[in-house]
Amino acid sequence: MNIRNVSIVYHKELTEWLRDRRTLISTVLVPLLAFPVLMVGMTSLMAIMMGKAEKEAAKVMVIGGEDSPELLEKLRKDSELEIVPSTSDYKKQITEKEIRAAVEVPKGFDSSLNKGEPQTVSIYYYEGEIKSSFGVNHVEQFFNDYRDSVVSSRLASRNLPGSILKPFEVKKENVAPPEKVSGAALGGLLGYMVILLSMTGAIYPAIDLTAGEKERGTMETILSSPLSRVDLVLGKFFLVLSASLSTAILSVISMGTSFYLVGNSGAMAKKDAAVFQLHIGLQTVLSVFLMALPLAVLFAAALLTIALFAKSYKEAQSYLTPMTFIVVIPAVASLLPGFELTPKLALVPILSTSLVCKEIVAGTFHWNYILLILLSSCVYAAAALFIAVKTFQRESVLFRS
Amino acid sequence: MIEARGLSKRFQDKKRGEIRAVDNVSFTCKPGQIYGLLGANGAGKTTTLRMLATILEPTDGTATVCGYDVVEAPEKVRANVGFLSTATALYPRLTAQELVEYFGRLNGLDEATLKKRVDEIFNRLEMNGFRDRRCDKLSTGMKQKTSIARTLVHDPPVMIFDEPTTGLDVMTARTIINFISECRDRGKAVIFSTHIMSEVERLCDHIGIIHDGKLLEEGTVPRLREKYSEHNLEEIIVKVVGPLLSKAEA
Repeated sequence: MNIRNVSIVYHKELTEWLRDRRTLISTVLVPLLAFPVLMVGMTSLMAIMMGKAEKEAAKVMVIGGEDSPELLEKLRKDSELEIVPSTSDYKKQITEKEIRAAVEVPKGFDSSLNKGEPQTVSIYYYEGEIKSSFGVNHVEQFFNDYRDSVVSSRLASRNLPGSILKPFEVKKENVAPPEKVSGAALGGLLGYMVILLSMTGAIYPAIDLTAGEKERGTMETILSSPLSRVDLVLGKFFLVLSASLSTAILSVISMGTSFYLVGNSGAMAKKDAAVFQLHIGLQTVLSVFLMALPLAVLFAAALLTIALFAKSYKEAQSYLTPMTFIVVIPAVASLLPGFELTPKLALVPILSTSLVCKEIVAGTFHWNYILLILLSSCVYAAAALFIAVKTFQRESVLFRS
Repeated sequence: MIEARGLSKRFQDKKRGEIRAVDNVSFTCKPGQIYGLLGANGAGKTTTLRMLATILEPTDGTATVCGYDVVEAPEKVRANVGFLSTATALYPRLTAQELVEYFGRLNGLDEATLKKRVDEIFNRLEMNGFRDRRCDKLSTGMKQKTSIARTLVHDPPVMIFDEPTTGLDVMTARTIINFISECRDRGKAVIFSTHIMSEVERLCDHIGIIHDGKLLEEGTVPRLREKYSEHNLEEIIVKVVGPLLSKAEA
């Protein structure tokens, strides 16, 4: 290997890469803008829609209850509910979103209540429909409050204290520091994003530097120079790696900014916004990148090798697009609850890195696993790079026709 | 000096099995000489020239270029060769100057020598008007001049041209022909393949007729004319290749 030649090839590839408009869009512009636009836009829109749905009085139908004027009066007086006349097609009206819910009041509700007889009120709603859920919540709240007030008055009439039904309170308090809370909630996402973007950031340059060169007819030009094939592939490899890492870095910066903007925009409720206020230190981010580095090397080398087999840009794209799924599936699997690191899983590329990144962001450093994963990833990366070098020496691949 | 000895290249094809693209080809091209490799499409010219430029490795036999073996010292061979073909395109996003400098650096030139060489070549080929223009914005003629500058930047003693004028207009082709002639005048060993007989007559000292991977005939143009009692080069090729074609058809 001749470092001077590798550096010459790298600088030439970098110059060409930076002059390519498509590169700047896919590597710089999209990662920088996609997150803020998507996250700030989506959360603001969601907050507006949810706020509107919550503020609106919920249209609720009361079925029966003609013999219970006291209950009907209370329901009508509730400002969060709009009682609509009873019809037999209430189920249709709920599924067609004309009303949010329907309440079926049993016969003689008021009199049974006064006699202390047990009875059941049924609520009909549309599962999974957000406005219907809000409506049900309001109706449930109404009946809970009404029940509590009946219980209180019954206890009072018997001179019994309220504590007879509630002998003690239960209080929950979070003891985990903020970085662990946000780390547990969103920690997996950072590793997943870094891994996925390291891969997607490498696709375009890997194709351009191999199949693209073949298509443009520059492969034979460079092969006729005194440059060794090892130096050629290394120069190209470092450029693909740079593209991969810069996409990941820019995306993480962009993601951090987006979370900050969402968490502080006031568009969300305080407890929801707290999750978005990521308390991730620079050291943690660097650790995630260190873990992802051998994986980025693996991606760069593997993508270069695969794309080199293609005769054209289009063919290379069809080879590399399915590769995204190979990366997404283990990375997503690591986000599933209950998926924990084991010595065997630590040897599975992508999945192991994604799992360990989740732990690191949550503030847990399993050093034995970290070393094992780093070591195994480095072995895979070195193997991929070796295969890339060997593939560049195969005439049948370089001159495939 | 180029010396091919039993140069052979076999390819494996899924449908056709083993293909002998070049079969036991031997010839010599001395400094100050132009050797023309003639033959139909698929005769084995490009494969032979690619082996000499070490882009492909011979299956059997070998060749030496300036004393370096193409199998044992391919990088040394390439450092002594300027290779130009219609398949050697330019990097579209580099300027003409950046491209020539890139190949100069890969050929080991230091920055001072490189600057001197680039200025000298750009002046000689009248390329100063477009030296800072990107290659994808150059006309065909400008591109050919840039390709020539690329092959010349390290001043190699051996030049290999694979159908360098195919698809070019008259004026651009003329630039290339003049350039090849100039290479000989400067004492370089030149080998080139072409289909155009007027180019052969104008340039070649020696010619080799290749067919089906085999070098069927070789010699100076006057000697071949005398041997086949024929002045027209095209007719000579037909006389050499024709019997084999008839046999194959039969």
